[in-house]
Amino acid sequence: MSAVPKPEAYLGVNNIEVIYDHVILVLKGVSLSVPEGKIVALLGANGAGKTTTLKAISNLLRAERGEVTKGTIEFRGRRVDRLSPDKLVRLGVVQVMEGRHCFAHLTVEENLLTGAYTRGAGRAQLKQDLEKVYGYFPQLKERRGALAGYTSGGEQQMTALGRALMARPSMILLDEPSMGLAPQIVEEIFEIVKNLNQKESVSFLLAEQNTHVALRYADHGYILENGRVVMDGAAAELAANEDVREFYLGISSGARRSFKDVKHYRRRKRWLA
Amino acid sequence: MQFFFEVLIGGLLAGVMYSLVALGFVLIYKASGVFNFAQGAMVFFAALTTVGFISMGAPFWLAVALALLAMAALAFFTERLVLRPLVNQPQITLFMATIGLAFFIEGIAQLTWGAQVHALDLGIADEPIEWLMGNTGMNISKFDLVASGIAAALVAVLAVFFNKTRTGRALRAVADDHQAALAVGISLHRIWVIVWMVAGFVALVTGLLWGARNGVQFALTFLALKALPVLILGGFESIAGAIVGGLIVGASEKLAEVYIGPHVGGGIESWFPYALALAFLLIRPEGLFGERRIDRV
Repeated sequence: MSAVPKPEAYLGVNNIEVIYDHVILVLKGVSLSVPEGKIVALLGANGAGKTTTLKAISNLLRAERGEVTKGTIEFRGRRVDRLSPDKLVRLGVVQVMEGRHCFAHLTVEENLLTGAYTRGAGRAQLKQDLEKVYGYFPQLKERRGALAGYTSGGEQQMTALGRALMARPSMILLDEPSMGLAPQIVEEIFEIVKNLNQKESVSFLLAEQNTHVALRYADHGYILENGRVVMDGAAAELAANEDVREFYLGISSGARRSFKDVKHYRRRKRWLA
Repeated sequence: MQFFFEVLIGGLLAGVMYSLVALGFVLIYKASGVFNFAQGAMVFFAALTTVGFISMGAPFWLAVALALLAMAALAFFTERLVLRPLVNQPQITLFMATIGLAFFIEGIAQLTWGAQVHALDLGIADEPIEWLMGNTGMNISKFDLVASGIAAALVAVLAVFFNKTRTGRALRAVADDHQAALAVGISLHRIWVIVWMVAGFVALVTGLLWGARNGVQFALTFLALKALPVLILGGFESIAGAIVGGLIVGASEKLAEVYIGPHVGGGIESWFPYALALAFLLIRPEGLFGERRIDRV
């Protein structure tokens, strides 16, 4: 069921296996591809392996004693699975981590500037780029002098996204942008993602638990379960799929069931590949 | 009253010298979370290398430049051979590694340049400022004043470096969040080399000033111990804390010696800062300027 990445895939992940601490097998052969200029959603429950997949691509795994033991990762037709994170950023692949990870003791503007670290751009260029980011996130302009640690969750998510944007990426790996945010803010963030995708032609691979929102904005979706891709398809198809509707969107076709039955039903009806 | 001020100012100026030692610790602790026990050894190494080159006939500026180069090389190899293999290890492991590093640096320094005490003349006399002596009767050392000036200049340079430059910002970013720094493309290995180099530079300035005052000798390594109360008072993460902590330690130990000392038989200068630090730990464990975690409520 897992799709073999097509040759024109912008970012291609081929059958990767990830092991933490030499013993814990987390990804058991995940394949996916992100076409240029598209938004691809990586869906699944807690512990399904979404974050691990993103970190495997951005090579942040090593800092957590994780390792890609099998498979390959390609970006623009080039093997990137052995590249250090800073080299990947230089190539245009930037990750926005789960939980934002802003530099708490730096101001919002300083946070944005660190995003341009790899580029070594001149002062005028940086200023221009800052203005562009502020164009997308007017709220950040007002808060530019505030310490990032004291800004709201939504502002931190915007800062993290803006910081990634400062690297002038062509591909952003966005991990759980909706985490801990009010529905309205989530909507706002996803609007901006769509906007960036269209205006700056940035491709996105986003991991998200909020299946509902993610499928509305994404072009394509992959569903992970237990370290495996169990299903993939166009976002609209997935949103219409009966199993996805039941398990991930909480919409059941028939009458109300008790939770006990659902669990049983779910166990029986495993859609393993 | 005049005597009080004389003691106070003398103490504050001496405190600046403690601040310098503490500064080296703070830099490395901030960037890598490592308590660098080898900072004292680095001070010794830097001073001894400078004196060594001078005794070989090099002019002062060349000797300093060469010592700076040696500190840069030390930073590079420390990152390669000690920090990099130990990445992701618990803090205590890294701390113990720096203890080992301290012995190693001390050994190398003495093996290369010998173990005898060297004199170092910076051309600044350690004598009272006549003008001040004449007008107020206070006995303040010219050397102390110049040393404070140098320290102030050093701190100003560091402040500009940390706040206004791309590398400085990256250093602060790494201090805040390693993972996020990696994610935006900052190479931790490079940052560590840079921060150890900066600490090496600070160690060199410290070593020259202390060496000129007390002679370049093995006892310089014990400065690391003197920095401990400074760090506890000021906080491990703060440059401002290192400065203020140093001033407090310097002033309080001199004042205590003069005013409390006679009542308890004297000699309290050497332990008073530690007692003060201990009391401080009970009241404010993060120090005066230490980072309290920013928590959004």
